[in-house]
Amino acid sequence: MSRRRSITLAAIAAVIATAIGIVLSFAIHWFPVQASAQAHNTDTLYHVLMIASIPIFVLVVTVILYSVWQFHMKPGDELKDGPPIHGNTRLEVFWTAIPAILMLGMVGYSFVILHDNEKRPAHEIQVGVTGQQFYWSFQYPPSVTGGAEINSYDLYLPDNESVYFNMRSKDVIHAFYIPAFRLQDDVVPGITTHYLATPDRVGTYPVVCNLLCGVGHSLMRTTVHVVTPTQFRAWINSQLHPNSSSTGKFSTVRGSSG
Amino acid sequence: MAAKLRAPGFYRAGWLMVAGVGFAALLTWLVRMSTGHATFHHFLSGEAVLTVSLLAVPLAFLVGIGGFDYWFYWATGRPTRPEDHSGHGAHTWKDYFRINTDHKVIGVQYLVNSFFFLLVGGLLAMLMRAQLAQPGSHFVSANTYNGLFSVHATILIFLFMVPVFAGFGNFVIPLMIGAPDMAFPRLNALSFWLLPVAGTIMMLSFLAPGGAFADGWTAYAPLSTDAPVGQMFFSIGVQFAGASSIMTALNFLVTIITMRAPGMSFFRLPLLVWANFATSLLVVIATPFIAASQFFVLLDRALGFNFFNAAKGGDVLMYQHIFWFYSHPAVYIMILPGFGIISEIIAVKSRKPIFGYRMMAFSLLAIVGLGFTVWAHHMFTSGMANWIRIPMSITTAIIAVPTGIKVFSWLATLWRGILHLDTPMLFALGFITTFTLGGISGIMLAMVPFDIHVSSTYFIVAHIHYVLFGGSLMTIFAGAYYWFPKMTGRMYDERLGKWHFWTTFVFMNLTFGPMHILGLEGMPRRVATYAAQFADLNMWISIASFALGLSTLLFIYNMVNSWRGGPRAEANPWRGMTLEWLVSSPPPVFNFDRVPTVVGGPYEYGVPGAVHGILAPTPAPVVAAGSGMAHAPS
Repeated sequence: MSRRRSITLAAIAAVIATAIGIVLSFAIHWFPVQASAQAHNTDTLYHVLMIASIPIFVLVVTVILYSVWQFHMKPGDELKDGPPIHGNTRLEVFWTAIPAILMLGMVGYSFVILHDNEKRPAHEIQVGVTGQQFYWSFQYPPSVTGGAEINSYDLYLPDNESVYFNMRSKDVIHAFYIPAFRLQDDVVPGITTHYLATPDRVGTYPVVCNLLCGVGHSLMRTTVHVVTPTQFRAWINSQLHPNSSSTGKFSTVRGSSG
Repeated sequence: MAAKLRAPGFYRAGWLMVAGVGFAALLTWLVRMSTGHATFHHFLSGEAVLTVSLLAVPLAFLVGIGGFDYWFYWATGRPTRPEDHSGHGAHTWKDYFRINTDHKVIGVQYLVNSFFFLLVGGLLAMLMRAQLAQPGSHFVSANTYNGLFSVHATILIFLFMVPVFAGFGNFVIPLMIGAPDMAFPRLNALSFWLLPVAGTIMMLSFLAPGGAFADGWTAYAPLSTDAPVGQMFFSIGVQFAGASSIMTALNFLVTIITMRAPGMSFFRLPLLVWANFATSLLVVIATPFIAASQFFVLLDRALGFNFFNAAKGGDVLMYQHIFWFYSHPAVYIMILPGFGIISEIIAVKSRKPIFGYRMMAFSLLAIVGLGFTVWAHHMFTSGMANWIRIPMSITTAIIAVPTGIKVFSWLATLWRGILHLDTPMLFALGFITTFTLGGISGIMLAMVPFDIHVSSTYFIVAHIHYVLFGGSLMTIFAGAYYWFPKMTGRMYDERLGKWHFWTTFVFMNLTFGPMHILGLEGMPRRVATYAAQFADLNMWISIASFALGLSTLLFIYNMVNSWRGGPRAEANPWRGMTLEWLVSSPPPVFNFDRVPTVVGGPYEYGVPGAVHGILAPTPAPVVAAGSGMAHAPS
């Protein structure tokens, strides 16, 4: 087989492999359900990164496999050497400049997403998050409850409304991670950390501590309940007036343990 | 007997270590007594004695085996013993178990010690995977599990990855640059003996009251400053391993700068030497930072200094900045020497010059420089100031460019070569494949919104195992097979070597590949149990990891068996041009009986009549093997 023909074959194989890879990267369900506006953005970023990465990986593997196929030592060549090629400045400039441009492009795009994800909206509610070994508790200030501050072991959030978490730790570092939102930040003793989430899908989703905090770390889990604004209001009221009639549906059990 | 107790060796080390415990007890008792009953109920505290012993006993051991004898003689004004070379070289196996100043013996000591700890670290991983095979398992307790992954990572980073490359460097660098030994042979000997000390300390932590250190190899404060006494085994063990790294790096730098053979200019250095030069710069600059971070933890925990106690004005995030200022460069410390190994093997086994030699050297230096500007990408979700994420994200993406240059240059070196697909080459090609995957996931992690989702999940576990197992460990296996004939004078079993490669490559991907998916789905790392939704993949990973563990036995069997009874190796079985292949296998005690002179580049394969070095002053051509080095230019 001529060199030109074998290279054409390898190129076709590489294009097919890239196509299959990209199709698979969309077909596979990599993530938990998307339950926040940020999750949509981050997943889009992931898919863009995959589209950029798969051709690079396929290129590397294709060159390796092609070299093994075409250039492996044949019988009789045991003492032969290859051609003394020391380099090619134009090629080296090319494979320095192109990846650099690609990197800056991807980083720039990721900053756009980051900016989008963290842009504070006109309307948001503030919820306090307290981490301690080994459970979470949540504080709803009067601005949210319309009454007294609520301290709860359950996390209820209204659908389609941005929430700004103010997070504090009572002991060591924890991380407040909601995979369905694609969001987390460490909860650090001595400082208050924050992040913004905009839940946009009603349901209950896992919340986990994602920074080693001691022997009970793996069980420091709870759930977040994203509910309709009406249900949220009802839940707030049930917390404000624990003995009123509305408690039946939203009775609070301690949400986490460990 | 009395003479034995005075002479350097294990007997003297034994009684000095007992004396070390006595010293620790006396010192802590005196301090506590002078403070008085108002502060302490008991003047003798087991924990205080243990903490001080952790520093005193290892030092006593090192004095005992003779690590400081020469310096003591000099410092006390006694005549230093003339160097009669009695501490140099190995004639029996016992010579590997004493202070030995021969860089080749030290290289082998380093390598064997490192591979021992690879097995230890691997066994700890097997125990972890047994626990994780099912959710809610009670194979070990949560506290033990936290200890297992902490010691696993610590042992494999500080007692395998970092020193194993120092082992290759020790053996090969003086030979490659045409030197009779390292610049500071006694410092070299001491640097080795610090390692078994550090490893023993870390493993003994399992016996400490309250269990082994259990907050990861990252030991984040304030979890670490409040931990049981096992934590001190980490804080202090790291000091010994770090001191060893710094000593060796200084030794490499001085050796490479001052002891090159005539004609060996910097741009005639083999890339392995360049790689170790770059790595040593990183080690010397960065390692003091982890030493500091662990001394702060030690002082916080043992003496109540409150460096990291927020309630007393300490700064929790400061720990992470200091820690990662070392520990990010440390990932380059754990891969750059591997890049060097791969460059050697790809050139020799493709029978072609390295493509773009100068860019290969410059890209190493670029990684050294950039390597110090990216540390806070480990802290995108740490609660640090938001703006820091932007520059760190950019530098992290940009550091992929010099790394990419290296990968593309290796590929171009393969092109139109004559590829010898034996075991070292298979590991080199496998390395390029898996390391590229690890590099790509690294670039993805540089993107802040994506990192915010997967930080601290199994995606990170997958990424670091792709770069450290699929990257570094592949280069280590490649290097072990490649220099095995030179080190031992024996050939390894090629068929077993290929089996080892394929089982490692396949099961490595089956083990660590699925971890990406677990991470994307949101499974946290460092958990002793997990939600039921992750059960299937974890069972799969556990089974694959046991097979991966077994594949290592092929390597150990091949190495041990071939060393004992493999066929004799020639001086230059691979027809390599670099200087280590000019001398016999294994090399003579002082490496070169005649002074080598370097007359050309190290990878001039295919250039008619080119040679890298000749053994002067003999005028006639001295090496007959290999078409590439048949004749020296007259």
